[in-house]
Amino acid sequence: MSHSTGEAPRQSQLRTPLGRVRGAGSAKSGVAHWWGQRVTSIALLPLTIWFIASLATSAGMPHHVAQAWIGHPLNAVLLLALIGLTFHHIAAGLQVVIEDYASTEGSKIAAVLAVKFVCVLLALAAALAVLRIAV
Amino acid sequence: MATFTLPKNSTISKGKHYPAPHGAKKVRSFKIYRWDPDSGENPRTDTYDIDLDACGPMVLDALIKIKNEVDTTLTFRRSCREGICGSCSMNIDGLNTLACLKPIEDVTGEVKIHPLPHMPVVKDLVPDLSQIYAQLRSVEPWLKADTPPPPDGERLQSKEERAKLDGLWECILCFCCSTACPSYWWNGDRYLGPAVLLQAYRWIADSRDEATGERLDALEDPFKLYRCHTIMNCARTCPKGLNPGQAIGEIKKMLAERQV
Repeated sequence: MSHSTGEAPRQSQLRTPLGRVRGAGSAKSGVAHWWGQRVTSIALLPLTIWFIASLATSAGMPHHVAQAWIGHPLNAVLLLALIGLTFHHIAAGLQVVIEDYASTEGSKIAAVLAVKFVCVLLALAAALAVLRIAV
Repeated sequence: MATFTLPKNSTISKGKHYPAPHGAKKVRSFKIYRWDPDSGENPRTDTYDIDLDACGPMVLDALIKIKNEVDTTLTFRRSCREGICGSCSMNIDGLNTLACLKPIEDVTGEVKIHPLPHMPVVKDLVPDLSQIYAQLRSVEPWLKADTPPPPDGERLQSKEERAKLDGLWECILCFCCSTACPSYWWNGDRYLGPAVLLQAYRWIADSRDEATGERLDALEDPFKLYRCHTIMNCARTCPKGLNPGQAIGEIKKMLAERQV
């Protein structure tokens, strides 16, 4: 609860409530972001289970056997899919959290860009690690 | 934007205590948020001890009794006293609801009453709803059709088409849902909130309306619509038993479906 009546913020905004609410209008986007979050989360369910199960069964595996496992085309493709989808999902999810809570427009844009940048870099690094073994 | 603490001029202090009259047997305490813009003071919580034997069964009955017999300065909105006008929406015992539909007996212990959360307060239990009314106006909640109505009668709907409006037309715009929604608290300046989105869907779902595409265009926005994270406080708090979260889900579904 806050008190608006008679206080400065009220007086400094004489634009009508309807004008303020309409603002700059609809961004005509958001469907792709929302749908992407859902699709990646569904795709990540089996991929993550597969990845955790693979890790669990590879305990004590010698280095060259682990390399051979990563280098196997099927495993390499699934690993690359896991990397791409995971970081896409992380970036999309964190973007929503930041948009919800960031207190200024500047910090919001900076934080969203930083998250996307870090996610792209981490995804590229992880993908390169798989590709160097597989290719 | 998210604010997690009250500003200094909004912290609530302990207020006055109005004891029950002598001989009262069934006494219940009502702790009510009070704030007067003209006093220059911080808000306070006043305590009114009311004899339930001499009071109607609903929380609104107690509020009217307090205003009539104990403290005429207590300010709140009310009109129909039967859950149709939506005026007496407030936070009772931690849940947004209509004072006229909330039996006092449903509350255990003290009855704590606050205005609808996270809205500017005009006075006491009266919130400033000008922004949310503007948001309702912005979704143009009226029938839009280019085809003129039949000259000899009204626009017709089949029973099936009419059934799609059930669960939507009953909304009385009390805004219990929107003011219970954390997403609306944090981003109410841009997010339309559950009440307004349910109203928007009420016209999207209406078979007589011919502006469905325009309506969906206007809602396709990361903030206006997609701040809904299906927290579902809206459905839990709705005094009419409606489900705004489901209506928002239908809008999201239609937006996705028209892409494929």
